Amino acid sequence: MIWALALAAGAIVGAGVYLSLSRHLLRVVVGVSLIGAAANLVLLAMARATGPEPPVIRAGEVELAAGLDPLPQALVLTAIVIGFSLTCFSLVLVLAIAQRTRDTDGDALRAAEPHPDRDGKPPVEGDA
Amino acid sequence: MGNWLLPLPVILPLATALLTMVSWRRPRVQGLIAGASLGALLAVSTALLGLVWTEGTQRTSFGGWPAPFGIEFAVDPLGAAMVSITALMGATAALFSLGDADPGTPSPTLWPLTFALLAGVGGAFVTADLFNLYVWFELMLVASLGLLALGGEPRHLDAALKYFVLNALGTLLLLLAVGYLYGLTGHLGFVPLRGALTDLDGATLGPFVALLVLAILIKAGAFPLCAWLPASYPTLPASLVALFAGLLTKVGIYVLLRLLGGVLPALPAFLTQGLAWVAAATMLVGVLGAAFHWDLRRILAFHIISQIGYMLLGIALLTKAGQVATVFYVIHHIVVKANLFLIAGLVFRMTGTYDLRRAGGLYVARPALALLFAIPALSLVGLPPLSGFWAKLLVLREALAQQQLALAVVALAVGLLTLYSMLKIWLEAFWKPHPDPDWSPPSHVGLTPAYLATGLLAAVTLAFGVMPEPMLQLAERAVETLREAGP
Amino acid sequence: MTPRSALIRLAVRVLYPAMLAASLWILWRGHHQPGGGFIGGMVAVAATSLLAVAEGSHTALSRLPFGPARLAACGGLASLTSGLPALALGRPYLEHLWLEIPLGPTKLPLSTVMLFDLGVYAVVWGALGGLCAHAMGLDEKAAVAAEAVPAPGESGPERVEP
Repeated sequence: MIWALALAAGAIVGAGVYLSLSRHLLRVVVGVSLIGAAANLVLLAMARATGPEPPVIRAGEVELAAGLDPLPQALVLTAIVIGFSLTCFSLVLVLAIAQRTRDTDGDALRAAEPHPDRDGKPPVEGDA
Repeated sequence: MGNWLLPLPVILPLATALLTMVSWRRPRVQGLIAGASLGALLAVSTALLGLVWTEGTQRTSFGGWPAPFGIEFAVDPLGAAMVSITALMGATAALFSLGDADPGTPSPTLWPLTFALLAGVGGAFVTADLFNLYVWFELMLVASLGLLALGGEPRHLDAALKYFVLNALGTLLLLLAVGYLYGLTGHLGFVPLRGALTDLDGATLGPFVALLVLAILIKAGAFPLCAWLPASYPTLPASLVALFAGLLTKVGIYVLLRLLGGVLPALPAFLTQGLAWVAAATMLVGVLGAAFHWDLRRILAFHIISQIGYMLLGIALLTKAGQVATVFYVIHHIVVKANLFLIAGLVFRMTGTYDLRRAGGLYVARPALALLFAIPALSLVGLPPLSGFWAKLLVLREALAQQQLALAVVALAVGLLTLYSMLKIWLEAFWKPHPDPDWSPPSHVGLTPAYLATGLLAAVTLAFGVMPEPMLQLAERAVETLREAGP
Repeated sequence: MTPRSALIRLAVRVLYPAMLAASLWILWRGHHQPGGGFIGGMVAVAATSLLAVAEGSHTALSRLPFGPARLAACGGLASLTSGLPALALGRPYLEHLWLEIPLGPTKLPLSTVMLFDLGVYAVVWGALGGLCAHAMGLDEKAAVAAEAVPAPGESGPERVEP
């Protein structure tokens, strides 16, 4: 079980890194949220995934003998909620960029960091 | 008392963010709520500092769940000092924006997002729980993204995207590291974590701690993961960039100091030595980047990076003296850097440009502004009797005491190059005559609050410089508490 | 506005109130069973997005009580306030209190948790519902712009070049 989770997390991180290195902005955003998904999976794996036992303390016992550690699940839920809002925001951001500039190429995004002039000096700017 | 005061540095800005969102169609009501809240935040943080100073570390855990299980807030002198300086910065930035120093009409979502940012910063300073720390980092990230994109022009969106990618990666790596540390120890609170980690050896811990440190270094803007900072900060209006420049990267430094100083046990040597060289590279890259640029805001943004290097160096030295130096440096730097960005905003207001090649003549036209610039600029360089001198002296003395000669030489050289940048700003914007002979600055109208804000920060810098003793005492007490008991 | 299928509009007329009712039920049920504010809120967000698909984003946004931003803000305030009664009793913030009001044969259980959950529900519905509908609205504007300009890309706004 733990091996399956580890392999899945590794594969997802790989996919996420690959996508986020792309020049296409949408892929970058999807890549970053994939890395977030992998982080959630790792967090879940830290619950010592042993089997399908529910995290319930049986009657007459005082501590959790079998079953998953419930805390990572709470953490994952929080992380999912936060990650979801972040993904929403970044998607809207990319959509807005695509509409303003008619371009989704990351290399063409030089509005905040203009290229140096031909003489190698920074361009005159900052009149905005 | 602690039950009441401890959640307030978070709850107060959070409630203000929500209240200003409810009243978002009424700018006057928003402004009143924001002002009242900042005043209350200043009072609360001062009270907290006083309480912690007299009665020691305060703790409360939410929902009444006992310590190893519930989320705990804990404030020691370090946290209280950081909360206080956050409140001061929030109030100064708001004061600056009262006049018309920031051109354009403010967006109705400006206040809600600013207070959400302050809540995130405050949360990171008072929490005693690793996962909760991640939550505050995410809140800061979302709020700062919103503020970056607020302008809505392509350069704002561009800046927001560049800020997003690396910072989101940083928070996700932090989440991963938190997950691994939980898997290793079964704890998230700083105090139980410290207890559980001492049983593990460095070889087991190494990779996970490295991941944690890497995540925080992205947040702190350390080389080579600093590209997001100069790409995004210069697009913000002056009052906001002062807040960003003052607080955000310093939260990363604070967390690193807290974790390496009080939570994680002795680290493998390759990590600490590596951190020291990262610090040196950060100093150099930042200062060289600044030397290239002519845009006032870009120069200052690159100088944030170079100054982060000094703070990292203090942490990497690992001794008590090094950490005291970092605490002093952080507090000095927040005030100075925020002030420089505010003055950059005033220079822009006077000359209509951020580009130094097109500015000039301000020494003759506005001598008061020139003096106001000189104080934080020389403090940034590290000249006596200003606060930066003591900060740099503390770091250098400890580096020399540990015979880290190369690091000390780098730190000194970077100080010289900082002087070059500040001289460049001085000569171009203030000393040389304005390129347009018919130029005259706009009248003073509406800039009084902005002058008050920068004057206040300059006074704080001067006070730290002339009387470093109380500040040093606070820093020493903060580091002692940190090293002894954890947070 | 682009024309929409009459079938979808008819279906959503029934589905929207049904989904909202379901979301409230999930919110209520979450008190002691699986469910709760976040999940209930997500169902409400689904309802809002569906309405945005069928009737356009403007209608969906206007059907959110108080408007999206205010709904979320009020929800957040409700959640924050739910922690205050404990402070008044000298307990840590967010420690929740329960109260049972006897109503003849049955009892009405009240607690600060309910206020917290209701707040979460409103935050999720307001913030995410507003965001989803708003994002769809961006697309609608683009579609309108594409109709106005025959060949997009030829006469669009100038690309930002260095």
